[in-house]
Amino acid sequence: MDTVLFELALTAYFVSALIGIVDVFRGGKESSRLMLVLAGIGFLVHTFTIVLRYVDAGHLPITSMHEASSFYAWCIMLIFFYLELKYKIGIMGSFILPLVFVFMLSSSILPREIQPLSPVLQSYWMAIHTFFAFMGNASFAVAAGTGLMYLIQEHYLKSKHLGGLFRRLPSLQVLDEINYRLITLGFPLLTLAIITGAFWAESAWGSYWRWDPKETWSLITWFIYALVLHARLTAGWRGRRAAILSIVGFVAVLFTFYGVNLLLKSMHVFS
Amino acid sequence: MKILVTGLNHKTAGVDVREKIAFNGPKLEEGIFQLRALPEVKEVTLLSTCNRVEIYTCVTDTVKGGESIKDFLARFHNISRGEFEKSLFLHTNEDAVRHVFRVASSLDSMVVGEPQILGQLKDAFDFSLTKKTTGVLLNKLMKKAISTAKRVRTETRIAENAVSISFAAVELARKIFTDLAGTSCMLLGAGEMAELAARHLVNNGVTDVKVANRTYERGCQLAQEFRGKPVKFEEFVDEMTHTDILICSTGAPTYVLMKDQMQRVMKERKHRPVFLIDISVPRNIDPEINKLDNVYLYDVDNLQDVVDTNILERRKEAEKAEGIITEEVGVFTRWMASLDSVPTIVALRQKAETVKAEELEKFRNRCPGVNESTMKGVEYLASAIINKLIHPPTVALKEDTEDRDELIAMIKKLYGINGEEDEE
Repeated sequence: MDTVLFELALTAYFVSALIGIVDVFRGGKESSRLMLVLAGIGFLVHTFTIVLRYVDAGHLPITSMHEASSFYAWCIMLIFFYLELKYKIGIMGSFILPLVFVFMLSSSILPREIQPLSPVLQSYWMAIHTFFAFMGNASFAVAAGTGLMYLIQEHYLKSKHLGGLFRRLPSLQVLDEINYRLITLGFPLLTLAIITGAFWAESAWGSYWRWDPKETWSLITWFIYALVLHARLTAGWRGRRAAILSIVGFVAVLFTFYGVNLLLKSMHVFS
Repeated sequence: MKILVTGLNHKTAGVDVREKIAFNGPKLEEGIFQLRALPEVKEVTLLSTCNRVEIYTCVTDTVKGGESIKDFLARFHNISRGEFEKSLFLHTNEDAVRHVFRVASSLDSMVVGEPQILGQLKDAFDFSLTKKTTGVLLNKLMKKAISTAKRVRTETRIAENAVSISFAAVELARKIFTDLAGTSCMLLGAGEMAELAARHLVNNGVTDVKVANRTYERGCQLAQEFRGKPVKFEEFVDEMTHTDILICSTGAPTYVLMKDQMQRVMKERKHRPVFLIDISVPRNIDPEINKLDNVYLYDVDNLQDVVDTNILERRKEAEKAEGIITEEVGVFTRWMASLDSVPTIVALRQKAETVKAEELEKFRNRCPGVNESTMKGVEYLASAIINKLIHPPTVALKEDTEDRDELIAMIKKLYGINGEEDEE
C-alpha cells in the first residue's frame, strides 16, 4: 500500500517539477497553478505514506537512507507551502520542486525495507533530534533556492538585460527577506539538533561529542550559517553575498547528509 | 442590414486632417443625431478622440451609406470631400467587426496596449445609448468589443510592461524594493523628465521626497510641490544615507557623484539597496558605481533599452491578441449570419400557426356538436403535427452552413412564404 502511494507522490512531484522547469522558459499563470495543485496532491499523498510507515515501524520513519531522503523532501515541501501561502510566489516552485523531486528520486532507488531499529537508537531523543535536524536543513534548502532566485534577479537588474523571469521573480527585497528568515529559522534548529544530538550521544554511546564525521560536518555547516548571520548583522552582508553564502551552506548540508554516509565512516549509519 | 465602419485615425491621417473632422463637445451630439437621420443609417455610434474619429453604423446599403456619410462629413465640418476623402478608411461586415475589436483591444493604438482607448470607446457607446441611436446589432457589437478587449487584457500581457522612461523607472524600483511606500526618493537637480519620474514614483506610493538643487530657492519651490523637504546641494551626498531612490538631472558637465563617495554612503546605509536614476546628459553619476554591491544605476540609455524591450514584448503579445480577436470575430459573424435566417424562421412558424388556426376553424364549423374536451384534443393534435413538420427546416435554418442563403430562398419557395418581410 505505502509503496503504491509513494510512487504516486513521486509521480506528482515529478510532473509538478517538470511544469516548474518548463515554466521558467515559457508559461504563465495557468501552468503555475497546475504545478501547485499537483505539488499539493503529491504532498498530501506523501504525508500519508509517512504516517503509514510510522504506524508500521512504530517510530518516526527516518532510520534508513530511503526514509531519510523521503522525510527530508517532505520537510522541504512543508516549508515551501508555508512560504507559498504567505508570499504567493508561484515561480518559486520552479526552483524548489525539482530539488524535492531529486530527493524523492534518490529515496525511491534506495532499499525500502523497514530496518529493525538497533537498541542504541531506541530513545525519545531520536524524534526530537531528527526533527530539529531535518527541519533546519530543509529551511537551508529552501534558503538556497531563494538565494538562486535572488542571484538571477540581481543579474537581470545589474546587467540591465531584463530576461524572461524578470517579471515573474519577486523583488530583490522580498527574496532577501525570505532568505534571511529561513536562515534565522534554520540556524537555531540546527543548533538545537546539535545540542540534542549531544545528549542523545551521551545516553547512547556514553560521551557528548566524539568527532564523528557527521558531527564534524554538522559543525562546519553550523559555522557557515553562523558566518552568514554574523556578516549580515555586523558588516551588512545582505543581498548577493548572503545569497551566495546560503548556497555554499547548502552544499555543506548536502555533504553532511549524503557525502558523510557515502564517503566517510560514521556512527550515524542507519540501522 | 450591414455593419459599416468609417473614419480616420493617426495611421491614415495627419493631425491637420484629424482636427478638422473631430467632433468636440456639442458637435458630438449634433453629429450623432444628423448621422442617425441619414436615410441609409439605421444605427450609429460616434467615437472622437485626439487620435481618431470613427463612425460605427448599421446601414441598409454599404456603398450608398458610405457615400452619404462622406457627404455628411463634408457638410457638417464645412470642408470639401477632397480634403479628407483619401485619409478615410472604410470597412464593412467582417472587416468592420475586426476593426472595432482591434480598436477596443488597443491593437490599433499609437502605443499598443495603452488602456485609455477602451474607456473612450465605452463612453462613446454609453453616449449613443443615452441618445438612443443604436439598436440590436450595434449594441451587441459594442458589448462584444468590450468583452473581447477584456479577454485580451487578461489572457495576454499586452498592457503589462512600462513603455515610457518614467514608468520604466517605477517598474524597476518595484523589482528592487517590494513596497515603494516605505522608500524615500531624492531629486537631484530639476529637469522636466526627472520631475515626471518623481511624480510617477509618488503616484506609486513613495511618500518621502527630498529635493536638492543648485539654486536652493528653486529646490524649496519644487520640494513644496511634492510636499517634500529641500536639501542643500552641498549636503546631498550625506542625505544619500537615508535615500533609496535618487533621480539625478543636474545639467552639470561632470560627475557629481563619484564611486568613493558612493562606497562611503553604502557603508553608512549598511548596504541597503539603492536605485540611482541618472537622466542627465552628459551623465552626472560615475558609471563605475554600478559595480558596487546593492547599487543599481540606470542612465537614460539603459532606461530606453528597457522601454524598447518592453515594446518588443508588447508586439509579441499583440500577435496572441490577434488570435483572440480572430476567434471572437468568428463568433460574432456567425451570430450575425444567424440573424439572416431569423425572419424566415419566424415567418415559417407564423405560416404554420395560420394554417392550424384556419383548419381548426373549418373543423369547428363542420362538426358543431363537438364537446370542449374533444376540441382540446384536436387542438393538441394539430399543434403536435405542425411542430413536428416545421422542426427539421427550423433546425436546418439555424445551422451555420455555407449555402444558408440558398436554403432560405428554397424554404420560402417551398412553404410559399413571400420574401417581403421587413427586417425592422
